[in-house]
Amino acid sequence: MADRQDTDALFKALADPGRRRLLDLLHAHDGRTLNQLCEHMDMTRQGVTQHLDVLEAANLIAVIRQGREKLHFLNPVPLQEIYERWLAKFEKPRLKALAELKHRLEKPNG
Amino acid sequence: MARSTFVYVTYIRTTQERLWSALTEREFMKQWWFGNYCESTWLAGGLWKNVYPDGRISDSGEIVEADPPRRLVIRWRHLDEPELAAEGDSYCTMEVEPFGTAVKLSITHTVEREPSRLITALSGGWPKVLSNLKSLLETGSATMNEPYPAAAPR
Repeated sequence: MADRQDTDALFKALADPGRRRLLDLLHAHDGRTLNQLCEHMDMTRQGVTQHLDVLEAANLIAVIRQGREKLHFLNPVPLQEIYERWLAKFEKPRLKALAELKHRLEKPNG
Repeated sequence: MARSTFVYVTYIRTTQERLWSALTEREFMKQWWFGNYCESTWLAGGLWKNVYPDGRISDSGEIVEADPPRRLVIRWRHLDEPELAAEGDSYCTMEVEPFGTAVKLSITHTVEREPSRLITALSGGWPKVLSNLKSLLETGSATMNEPYPAAAPR
């Protein structure tokens, strides 16, 4: 993402628990219709549609028409770009050590 | 029949022609595909193969449709790992569309079975490869030049 606008849209899209849930749902099972996604969402159909529009504008999902149906697919390419831009370059080894420490401390009876 | 698919989309500030070259020219490909490259005539009916940096063939098949610089459909069969090879033919469609000052690249890979280990294996590496392709075309250098990562498309 070279453009600031793209990056803003991406982080904004991720800054909502409902939209993150939609990404998790697609990660678990890709290529779902609006109806299939609504079954797992505690909100109106209109609400889900709006969230899907924001995710599509941020390029986090791709929508493919198949006959009369619109199928939604998770598009992880922008997440990879966030990873490279915001995670990989910031001292990977130390982050890894911290993650391990957190994991050990949070383990029950650990 | 059940079907497994992934769809990856990236927007790249380049032209359709330049992106088409990046997708079809051997030396160009090596720069963003971690040393991998494909060989083909890039004409419908032509044979196609995907070659590892060490020369072993990872996948082979044929060009089903070619409409430069817009659309490419490849019949894609994995050869290297027996479990994935057993799944047979899959189809990879690459579409290159103008989008404002950029170009939209969509890659759809489908196999007629569900679940598919091939689709899972291929999907792991594409985001890295596409992100590399985008930075190469936009900035002139690939983000990652490390040896071929274990999870990349094969």
